Amino acid sequence: MRRWWSDARHFQIVALSSLLLVNFTWIDFGAKPLYCALAILSALATQAVCSRLAGLPNIDLRSPLITGLSLGLLLRADEPWLPALAGVIAIASKFIFRIDGKHIWNPAGFAIVVLLFTQHGIWISPGQWGTSVWLAALLVFFAILVLQAAQRSDIALFFLGSHAALLLARAVWLGDPLTIPLHQLQSGSLLIFAFFMISDPRTAPDSRLGRLLFALGVAALGHYLAFFMQMRPALYVALIALSPLTLLIDRIIPAKRFAWTPQGASR
Amino acid sequence: MKSPLLSRLKAGVALTAIVAQLAVAAGPASAFCGFYVAQADAKLFNKSSKVVLTRNGQQTAITMASDYEGEPSEFALVIPVPSFIKKDQISVVDTKTIDHLDAYTAPRLVEYFDPDPCEEARVMALSSERVPLPTAAMPAPAPEYRGVKVEARYDVAEYDVSILSAEDSDGLIRWLTDNGYKIPSGAEPVIGSYIKQKMHFFIAKVNLKRMQDSGRAYLRPLQVRYETAKFMLPLRLGTVNADGPQDLVVFALTKKGRIEASNYRTVKVPSDVDVPLFVKNDFASFYKATFEHAVARENMHGVFVEYAWDTGWCDPCAAAPMSKAELTELGALWDGGDGTVVNRFSPVPGNGNAPFVTRLHVRYDAKSFPEDLNFIETSDRENFQGRYILHHTSASTTACPAAKAYRASLPQRFKTEADNVANLTGWSRDEIAARIAAAGK
Repeated sequence: MRRWWSDARHFQIVALSSLLLVNFTWIDFGAKPLYCALAILSALATQAVCSRLAGLPNIDLRSPLITGLSLGLLLRADEPWLPALAGVIAIASKFIFRIDGKHIWNPAGFAIVVLLFTQHGIWISPGQWGTSVWLAALLVFFAILVLQAAQRSDIALFFLGSHAALLLARAVWLGDPLTIPLHQLQSGSLLIFAFFMISDPRTAPDSRLGRLLFALGVAALGHYLAFFMQMRPALYVALIALSPLTLLIDRIIPAKRFAWTPQGASR
Repeated sequence: MKSPLLSRLKAGVALTAIVAQLAVAAGPASAFCGFYVAQADAKLFNKSSKVVLTRNGQQTAITMASDYEGEPSEFALVIPVPSFIKKDQISVVDTKTIDHLDAYTAPRLVEYFDPDPCEEARVMALSSERVPLPTAAMPAPAPEYRGVKVEARYDVAEYDVSILSAEDSDGLIRWLTDNGYKIPSGAEPVIGSYIKQKMHFFIAKVNLKRMQDSGRAYLRPLQVRYETAKFMLPLRLGTVNADGPQDLVVFALTKKGRIEASNYRTVKVPSDVDVPLFVKNDFASFYKATFEHAVARENMHGVFVEYAWDTGWCDPCAAAPMSKAELTELGALWDGGDGTVVNRFSPVPGNGNAPFVTRLHVRYDAKSFPEDLNFIETSDRENFQGRYILHHTSASTTACPAAKAYRASLPQRFKTEADNVANLTGWSRDEIAARIAAAGK
């Protein structure tokens, strides 16, 4: 039997759940219990249904739980059916949009972008974590990253590095003090994005060079959308817009396909 | 404390809520002004500015009222704007309109009277008190004007307005200085940053002759309307050379729902708290301390929501809801499709048509707010108000078992109320005890 801690998803689930717990008990950053529960339950239920329909031998609920927790932490809505719909869109997307045995879009990111562009009652609250929660989350996520070092999450660091470099370059160009780019990095949604979305090993490019190029591309497009198009959820849009490129990157720079388990059967 | 007293008090509050709704249904608001106690409006805070930010899609109107009290000849305003501004995009607004919005959204004190414990709950009176608001610091009016272009000059009521574009901060600062704008040292990098972001500069001085001709003794707020994808307020110029933190109150009028800062934490001020009766005479200092304590709790990085409500109604009303004409004056004229606000005073509170107002209060300086305030509009129309509650004890001397229990419960209630004040304001127990004693309540 494999050890509990050999699967990084377990740590991710603990970290995301702890953040939600902090939100409910200590520093409110806007996540509502009912809406979180609906996002999580709908993600789990959709996973169960889709796994049956796809004829998978077993139903693995760990990935949809991470998706549901991420949606609960990030997405704000004025009606409870919206987070429930987000869970369905997220999980269904990874069963529907697949090429070469790999899904194209990170499920939570895809659901957020689809809903932001189609529904009025949806928004993202990027500034609500506050400095202390942000710092604690950064440390914990980073620790998990080290634990799962073999699982190609280097892309989170590639992305954070290029994003920070672009913010810094902009500040230097504008003549702004460094406190401004530092302040811009202190966003909770940026951390979830870097550690759980762009670094989703099921959608990231297979080769290290590919991941570096992809992270740079997402950071650059996100920067353009945020500062030249004034788009607030710019990073999510950039990721979803560029994700189909991973298929191309994998063709040009092929490498071994990722699987959470050695059998690689789960979705 | 699940005592009969508590349930009776709850019944009283519920009753008040119903009465308030009836009052709104009966006519255009103001029904409660007779019971009015106090409000915490912006004037309470020194060095404060009020800005009304109205936004529908990319249509933006920004109305600025400062607490400027000096000589009109010394007044100068410099603000970065996202594009060239035509004359018909600028106007002045009646000071009373902003004062009304300030009063309508101000944190309030409400009071309830305990019923005679020996009788069934009776109708109770309600009063509300509002606290004055702060105003935003005017960017401090501070041989060669390289790259500076005066794009246009306009006469707008008592103001002379110019729209400038520039290619370099040195030239612009020289131009401003030579034209009587006192630009503080240290403003150069901030101005340079705005220039590189392709912003224009809206500058205004007072035209003394026109002011004299109008017979007006005070300066009216200036309004600028433009279309922009940027939903933000420039703070940085105001922090250069400012001595100490400043207060800014933003009144946002939006279509969908409340706004929040996207780059700072947005927090509600503590609300719906029972406080001792002395607060009635001391509401201004109580609210000031409460706000300052909340600011300290967020390490001065927070943006505080003091009010978030559908402008069509209020409960209780610190002032009557805004009229259609006032909302239109402030730039909120999108509802009717033909540029008019429709169906505002509906019999049902919050029919969803009226603009939604969010009152945000920020205490900022260059260190704690390095970046300009950016906002997002949410779809959240949930009502919120900064509200503090007084309970007058029953003076009834009737003897009955319920009265005995009621009187026995009072010391605990007084203690809780005093504890609440300590938690909200950070005042010491001794100080609170002294204030209670001084008020004799």
